[in-house]
Amino acid sequence: MPAKLRTFFNQIFDAVIPLFATLLALFIGVFVLQALGKDPIAAYKALFDGGFGNQRALIQTTIKATPLLLVGIGVCIAFRGGVINIGGEGQIIVGALAAAAVALYVPIHSRIMMPICLLASMAAGAVWGGIPGILKAKLAVNEILTTVMMNSIAVYLSNYLLRGPMIDPHEIEMGTRAAQTALLPEYTFLTRLAPPTQLNTGTILALILSVIAFVMLFKTTIGYRIRAVGLNSDASRYAGIKVPFYQALALIMGGAMAGLAGGVEVLGVQHRVLENISANYGFNGIVTALFGNLHPLGTIPAAFLFGGLMVGGNKLQRTVQVHSAFIDTLLGLIVLFVVGAEIFSKRRSKKRAING
Amino acid sequence: MDNLFSAATIFGIVGMAIKLAMPYLYAGLGELFDQTAGCYNLGTEGIMMMGAFCAFFVVYQTHNLILGVFVAAVVGLLMGLIMSLISVTFKAEQGISGIGLTMFGVGLSSLLFKTLLNGTVLSVDGFKDIRIPVLADIPYVGEALFDHNIMVYIAYLLVPISSVILYKTTLGLKIRSVGQNPQAADTLGVSVDKIRYLCVCIGGVLAGIAGATFSIANINMFQEKMTNGTGYIAVALVYFSGWKPKGVLMGALLFSFVNALQLRLQVLGIDIPSDIAMMLPYILTIVTLVFVQSRDAPAALSVPYERSEN
Repeated sequence: MPAKLRTFFNQIFDAVIPLFATLLALFIGVFVLQALGKDPIAAYKALFDGGFGNQRALIQTTIKATPLLLVGIGVCIAFRGGVINIGGEGQIIVGALAAAAVALYVPIHSRIMMPICLLASMAAGAVWGGIPGILKAKLAVNEILTTVMMNSIAVYLSNYLLRGPMIDPHEIEMGTRAAQTALLPEYTFLTRLAPPTQLNTGTILALILSVIAFVMLFKTTIGYRIRAVGLNSDASRYAGIKVPFYQALALIMGGAMAGLAGGVEVLGVQHRVLENISANYGFNGIVTALFGNLHPLGTIPAAFLFGGLMVGGNKLQRTVQVHSAFIDTLLGLIVLFVVGAEIFSKRRSKKRAING
Repeated sequence: MDNLFSAATIFGIVGMAIKLAMPYLYAGLGELFDQTAGCYNLGTEGIMMMGAFCAFFVVYQTHNLILGVFVAAVVGLLMGLIMSLISVTFKAEQGISGIGLTMFGVGLSSLLFKTLLNGTVLSVDGFKDIRIPVLADIPYVGEALFDHNIMVYIAYLLVPISSVILYKTTLGLKIRSVGQNPQAADTLGVSVDKIRYLCVCIGGVLAGIAGATFSIANINMFQEKMTNGTGYIAVALVYFSGWKPKGVLMGALLFSFVNALQLRLQVLGIDIPSDIAMMLPYILTIVTLVFVQSRDAPAALSVPYERSEN
């Protein structure tokens, strides 16, 4: 077989593995549903209809896919650099808080504030990912554990701010004290694309960024070095690449993307910060990136698929009374199967290396 | 009475810390077995949530506490088997597979809670405190140390037991050799995969029990995500311990003490916002990870073992 064709088939094979993993997870889901006394066919039909069944569902799916895509791009960059970013949840939260803080408290009432808010969310996410990144680079501190801890710290920070300094003044007046910020000023909103739905320009931004991330990772020196560090840090060091710098950079970039996801969610969808703004996007973004083979462009369809599952999960709950935690369970299984199946693609690439 | 520095307050905090160390001890010692054999199990958090729910549900239905702990252990064993299948047999990236197992466990426990209990927070009669005669009557110290439930005492007993298993038995030697130099162990006829399966399963059982301590030996109710990151802290604690059971004990006490202090500060109405106080354990984890040198780590930690055939 000509080499080019063989590479093509190998790429197809790599792309198909996550699909099989998902089908296997859905198959196991059948038994879970049966054990819970629910009709699996009705449940999966509700899931599919809810996520992809009509135009309204597709728009909802796209709205959910946007933060997933942004987080997923960040996960791709970090994983390609050989560092594991589990801190998406926390980075989304601080990104959302930063965007809201700039929107509410900077007294410049102009459209220019919208991009500034987005930049603030990226900066906050970059700091939240950067702390584990720099600890990893300078002191070899395990980044998985630090990013997880940064998630918990962000949750409590947000609880504190939303109940204290940043609480909506109306909530205090009314005496309801719901933990949320005031409505942001309208000039900071992302433009809605299809009112009355919440679809907004954030989706376009996410798509553009996935192309930029692809170019950065695969067509620039920085991206080449990040990937080299991820593939073989010893060889990279001998080649003169500053390994710690690129590990930290990968985590900082990953954090910035997740922070931006928080900013887009606030400026585009919610228009204020509420409790649980991260809505599990941080973890589901990991599944998304894995499904997309850690490729920024592959992450686009993956985000759409998992956005659909998240939307469909709500319909599942409403119509078949299967709680949407079923989706979280499925996503966990998909992660297990995708990483479990990697042994097959590794074996093949080894065989390729031996057979030439 | 409301003085932080009165003897009653201090020993109150110590007593609370002794109890709160329980899940850290079970999960941390379990993770110690995992890591000593070279496996890194981030699924602990998910296993704990499943253990917490299953123990609670069994006790709610049968009022049999022993059965509750047993079921939590079996569920932990099963999830340990899943983890070892993925990370030992399929040689997956252990960090990510652990996160997958946690997502699965947290998700499934929520799903079961919503389906079997309609998401209602209920309470059960958990393990009763056992006053150890004479010792418990010592002023202050007695109450703090010798008036706890059986699961607390067992947790502390597990420290010397783990020490003996890991450092005084042939099995322990095999476990440590598999974590340090799997090639050499393999050459000497030690089955690397079998030892790793065993350790990840021990870790799973202990993590399951750690979860059960939340729902039937301390708070005695079940809530979604009630373990609140304890599983991850347990993993960090093993780094802190220098991979020694005694170190796990010290780490567990340090974290539980900070937790108890944080809870007590709120009760005493000291003017720190509770949400800020609740960050403490997590900040402490990062700080300890920074200051603890990981030079004692098992050399093959998180590296899947593959025989080189040629």
